[in-house]
Amino acid sequence: MSQLASWRTGSTRVLPGFGLSMGISVLFISLVLLLPITGLFGQLAELSFAEYWAIITEGRVVASYMVTIGAAAVAAIINAIFGLLLAWVLVRYDFPGKRLLDALMDLPFALPTAVAGITLATLYASSGWMGGLLEPLGFQVAYTWVGIALAMAFTSIPFVVRTVQPVLEDMPVEVDEAAMSLGATDGVAFRRVILPHIWPALVTGTGLAFVRSLGEFGAIIFIAGNMPYETEITALMIFVKLQEYDYAGASAIASVVLFVSLALLLAINIWQGRFVRRLHGGKG
Amino acid sequence: MRRIGDAPLIRRLLIGAALVLSALFLLLPLVAIFAQAFSQGVMVFWSNVSNTFTLHAIGLTLMIALLTIPVCLVFGVALAWLVTRFSFPGRRILQTLIDIPFAVSPVVAGLIYLLLYGRNGWIGTWLDGHDIQLMFSWPGILMVTIFVTCPFVARELIPLMQAQGSREEEAAVTLGATGWTTFRRVTLPNIRWALLYGVILTNARAVGEFGAVSVVSGAIRGKTNTLPLHLEQLYQDYNAVGAFACAALLAFIALLTLAAKAGLEWRAARREAFA
Repeated sequence: MSQLASWRTGSTRVLPGFGLSMGISVLFISLVLLLPITGLFGQLAELSFAEYWAIITEGRVVASYMVTIGAAAVAAIINAIFGLLLAWVLVRYDFPGKRLLDALMDLPFALPTAVAGITLATLYASSGWMGGLLEPLGFQVAYTWVGIALAMAFTSIPFVVRTVQPVLEDMPVEVDEAAMSLGATDGVAFRRVILPHIWPALVTGTGLAFVRSLGEFGAIIFIAGNMPYETEITALMIFVKLQEYDYAGASAIASVVLFVSLALLLAINIWQGRFVRRLHGGKG
Repeated sequence: MRRIGDAPLIRRLLIGAALVLSALFLLLPLVAIFAQAFSQGVMVFWSNVSNTFTLHAIGLTLMIALLTIPVCLVFGVALAWLVTRFSFPGRRILQTLIDIPFAVSPVVAGLIYLLLYGRNGWIGTWLDGHDIQLMFSWPGILMVTIFVTCPFVARELIPLMQAQGSREEEAAVTLGATGWTTFRRVTLPNIRWALLYGVILTNARAVGEFGAVSVVSGAIRGKTNTLPLHLEQLYQDYNAVGAFACAALLAFIALLTLAAKAGLEWRAARREAFA
């Protein structure tokens, strides 16, 4: 056993490859993930704070934050409910087509976002299958923020289903049998017994879905209509600035998006870490 | 003993709601892609797919995926080995860092590469002086694709290798096997299915990436157009049938991905049942 390696705790000291795997991992993370982010800060350094502030608080940009956050919040709420329903049905019940339904849950992750984008836009346009049904009833989906929320919900639904599903599966049978034998109704038992148990997973999944929706681009731009101040998302604002060769403007807005998503990711990680530790007695 | 939600009425209601909503929300779009692609017959679909620009886009897309996979594979295995087989300060930070591509908007991912390697960036200026152009050509597309796909293999491997522990590898090393032999004969057979699934996910994302690629590609038809960019151009040119022909090809890859996942899970469940 190497003395040099003795600070590595646990039973892992005999295994080789520490240096090699550390070298590859650190090199890769530095070159591929961290170095490009320095490019963003380099570009930002050319702006004064007043200029930076003026760009990120410009009316059209602020309107795009509102559209993006509002639609992402609606999409996250829809997904929390719909995702919980799907996870519940897939774990608790047996029915024909269950395996197919389970496989279908991953479709939004497997389907390229641009494909989802043109498909949803075609379906919900006034000439499409869904749009043709909904528009006579007064619901306009395509080219409104409802369409944006719909596209966001489509691309992020697997996050909720796939985070809640394993937690529901691991729940011991005795827990809800006990609740039912004590005479609770289904609704009360669900609220008092199931929901507290799956709550952390549900929040994590919904949070991940929300972060994904904030950054989504390909699935949204086709259905959004992209009207300034009304249906323009922040990712598109960055893209528009780039097409105008306004690199400083694009970077300033991108830095806001980057900061918000990284902060949310960190918060979700900390939240999840606490909850995993609680479940596994400190081993997380 | 009755469990929560076992009453026949609740059960039927919930299953019905889940099926109807999934059919409308998930299945209908899938059906629509193929319906649109074949709306003018198989011959039109075929002529759309065998068009020179489409063929070039298919070729470029496959090349990018083929180059991305080995890079992500090496990184994913190295990182998973590092964080599951050793404990060291900073281990958790590394695990959080690999999630960056999941949190970063694809457009922002493309932008940060463009800023660094583009003509005005501090590496780009130097490259320009040596007549090397990475952005608006295929190496740029490859670089951002690697950025957005690099977590998949690692994320599949880490939980599995954590659960399996390192006892078998320690036994092999103690018995005198070299590191490489241990990895090949002990670790690899244990992780091969997760590895395969990681590769399938990497491939699905590499083939379909849109936002990041559209920032760095320049989308020059017949040169730097990947299949998702090509379908966007066709769609903007009001050639919906052509766009959906490309979409159908990509949706077919997505379906293969789902089938592979279902197959691998079925296999894992069966092995567990027999164990």
